[in-house]
Amino acid sequence: MKKTIRKILGGKAMTYAMVIIVFVIMEALLHGGMISSSLAGQLVPICAYICMAIALNLTVGILGELSLGHAGFMSVGAFTGVVVVIALQGAVPSGIVRFILAIIIGGIMAALTGVLVGIPVLRLQGDYLAIVTLAFGEIIKNILNNIYLGVDGSGLHFSMKDTASLGMQGGTVIINGPMGAVGIPKLSTFVAGFILILIVLTVTLNLIQSRTGRAVMAIRDNRIAAESTGIDITRYKLTAFVISAALAGMAGALYALNYSTIVPKKFDFNTSILILVFVVLGGIGNIRGGIIAAAVLTILPELLRSMNDYRMLIYAIVLILVMLGTNNPQLRRILGSIFGRKHAEPVEGGKSNE
Amino acid sequence: MNLLANLINGLSLGAVYAIIALGYTMVYGIAKMLNFAHGDVIMVGGYVCFCTMSYLHMPAPAGVLFAVIVCTVLGIVIEKLAYKPLRQATSLAVLITAIGVSYFLQNAALLIWKSDPKVFTSVVNIPAIRLFDGQLVISGVTVATIASSVIIMIALTIFTGKTKVGKAMRAVSEDKGAAQLMGINVNSTISVTFAIGSGLAAIAGVLLCSAYPTLMPTTGSMPGIKAFTAAVFGGIGSIPGAMLGGLLLGVIEIFAKAYISTQLSDAIVFAVLIIVLLIKPTGLLGKAIHEKV
Amino acid sequence: MSDNNVKSRERTKMVPLPSDSIVPERDVHKRPVLEAKHLGIDFGGLTAVDEFNLAIGPTEIAGLIGPNGAGKTRVFNLLTKVYKPTRGTILLNGVDTANMNTVQVNKAGIARTFQNIRLFSDLTVEDNVKIGLHNQIRYSTAAGILRLPTFFKKEKEFHEKAMDLLGIFDMQYMANVKAGALPYGAQRRLEIVRALATNPSLLLLDEPAAGMNPSETAELMENITKIRDTFQIAVMLIEHDMNLVMGICEGIAVLNYGRIIAKGTPSEIQNNPEVIEAYLGKQKEA
Repeated sequence: MKKTIRKILGGKAMTYAMVIIVFVIMEALLHGGMISSSLAGQLVPICAYICMAIALNLTVGILGELSLGHAGFMSVGAFTGVVVVIALQGAVPSGIVRFILAIIIGGIMAALTGVLVGIPVLRLQGDYLAIVTLAFGEIIKNILNNIYLGVDGSGLHFSMKDTASLGMQGGTVIINGPMGAVGIPKLSTFVAGFILILIVLTVTLNLIQSRTGRAVMAIRDNRIAAESTGIDITRYKLTAFVISAALAGMAGALYALNYSTIVPKKFDFNTSILILVFVVLGGIGNIRGGIIAAAVLTILPELLRSMNDYRMLIYAIVLILVMLGTNNPQLRRILGSIFGRKHAEPVEGGKSNE
Repeated sequence: MNLLANLINGLSLGAVYAIIALGYTMVYGIAKMLNFAHGDVIMVGGYVCFCTMSYLHMPAPAGVLFAVIVCTVLGIVIEKLAYKPLRQATSLAVLITAIGVSYFLQNAALLIWKSDPKVFTSVVNIPAIRLFDGQLVISGVTVATIASSVIIMIALTIFTGKTKVGKAMRAVSEDKGAAQLMGINVNSTISVTFAIGSGLAAIAGVLLCSAYPTLMPTTGSMPGIKAFTAAVFGGIGSIPGAMLGGLLLGVIEIFAKAYISTQLSDAIVFAVLIIVLLIKPTGLLGKAIHEKV
Repeated sequence: MSDNNVKSRERTKMVPLPSDSIVPERDVHKRPVLEAKHLGIDFGGLTAVDEFNLAIGPTEIAGLIGPNGAGKTRVFNLLTKVYKPTRGTILLNGVDTANMNTVQVNKAGIARTFQNIRLFSDLTVEDNVKIGLHNQIRYSTAAGILRLPTFFKKEKEFHEKAMDLLGIFDMQYMANVKAGALPYGAQRRLEIVRALATNPSLLLLDEPAAGMNPSETAELMENITKIRDTFQIAVMLIEHDMNLVMGICEGIAVLNYGRIIAKGTPSEIQNNPEVIEAYLGKQKEA
């Protein structure tokens, strides 16, 4: 009996329940005007970061490869989403329809980028693979910094030089190189973010508990045994990586459509790392842990706002202390004896896949 | 002539990358960790030198010396407090901790020195060399940078090859357990490695700021990433590899800027890295890894 | 892919011959499941395996023995293409495997276990077996994500087959345990089950009895024979436990310094002076 309860509490249902309950509470507080405007403004980004944490967990926790460039996929989705929303302004008047299209096309573009990046990257191993994902992240950012894109009556115009060379008659410039995208309609809402989390979560959890997901985890656990058991390494690695990229792209579109302007620099190495921190602190491969970490660590600097200049310093110290606390054998043993066995192995290594 | 000037500029930038990469590669070799805080130690080195010269009005050599001392101590302290407790932890846990240290250093620097850029006065006052009737001018900083990188590289090679501590370092990076059984103090060897790596970072910081004189709390991050790339490029863990990788990276970056596109130079640098790794998956001079079945 | 021909692979009927009357490379007239000809590999100028010639009958239990470092595991790695052979050919059910990689060799019919156990240790016992069944039961990634009806149908099939296979060693009750948490003997057995799940025609066992106590070993011997009888497959095993090798192998090949020095039935091998020399040593190398 106790076992069954623990199974339910530890299972997928619990993860969904947690997300839904927190959403309902936040929505209620929001309507009751009990949330500060700064926190309210953070709700959509939190949703986007949660999606990113789930997406990256698929690569780091389930596939078992370290990606230091996931913000790159996020930015592809973000800018694609913005272009879709602005370019279709005339053709599709409904904001919601354009928003959904933006998320879908953003995801597809990120997936295509994932294929391009994944084919070379996944041939490498370990730290070499990690550095190449970092390199690709920087390349994507660098290229986006040089894209100029506009729309007028005759359609889309593209240049890698400047806005003048777009050769447009009137129309609007959507992406302006390093200045980024401007005049974005704010179509993202907290509800939309919540729905996207549910979608991303469902895709990931269903994938993990399926034929493909098993193959991916087999590769993670023992590549040579997987090969000898007839698992196509490249194919499944690429599948997981591309799905992860697609989900990141969707998160990016959600994120971008929450702001009126967005610059490529937003999606640099530091953002990739930020998301990696969520995944690691939440427990690698632990989807629910990643969700909690993403939410808490996005709110934390907000809560520390009163400390002003010191807040990022405190954030850094907290990060170091948490890593030391959860990974040092002695400290872990002490924590374990205080909180009982379950706490002895949360962060790191505990590859529970809920 | 232009080509030659670009080549020299590239070598100069590459020499800075090489010095940073040497620190990266040594720490990686021994601790098997990607020390992302290394780039920020560079920045600290730059600030310490700046303060010594601008506020204490001491001469340049004192500034460099102070920077080296502070960074060496800093390196040892970071290792003791943040990395040593994680010897048994997974590499990802150590990586995140290193990132935490990096955030810490950047934000501490922001509090101490504020965000406005400081204008760094060059520590090098060797006169520029003029060749071909002044058609080719090589600045003093360039000469000093290239010279120091060569000296450091030679010194390190001798150090790891000939001295007792250096041999201990190689032993520890080969097999920690076996080294310990042979009576080598693994902990102090790792400390020494961090000390040397951080000391080198200080020198790199001073040289970097002498060549590109704006100093900010984030000054170290991009050169840090580039040097890390250089270390991987040359084969991480290999000292000559770091030197070669650094120099090549610098030259590629400057050439890309000069002949292809200023804006896309970073993309080109990283693209070259990717191509090299696809052909040689463990870098130019890296050892191939074999998994026993 | 090539799963169709794997499924429809013809199975020879078992020839119930008493073990001691069987010559090595028995029932080879039936077209051997495996034929290695002049197989060899060099590592940096050093010849690690050379002139490896062997045929295994479709339902034979063959033994590969030899002193430590003789290159036994290396032969397995060559047969499964973990290493690419420098020379020679491998015919699997008459098909040349020259252009196949490890994955394709498995799909074509060779499954193996590892000397240093290689399980998917963070997955459950049942999932380990399901990975073995991966190429037997199929549905698309999309069907899995969208939870289409095929997903439920095929997953049911996965579960039932996995449980059946675990039944070989009576391991059903540990289906939900993480593979990494199993005791040593159970891990070795699970590796065999996983290999069997890939529907092989040749099963390579690398020291299956290592670390087992005598009663476990006796049970294992029974089970290996049972597996051969039920699944009608050939088994080749590397083993240091001579009771096991002499007890169940019908043909034995002895490897020393990367070369086969003797082939024969257990009794022939036991009385072969060259084999005794290889194991116990003599005055000088020939």
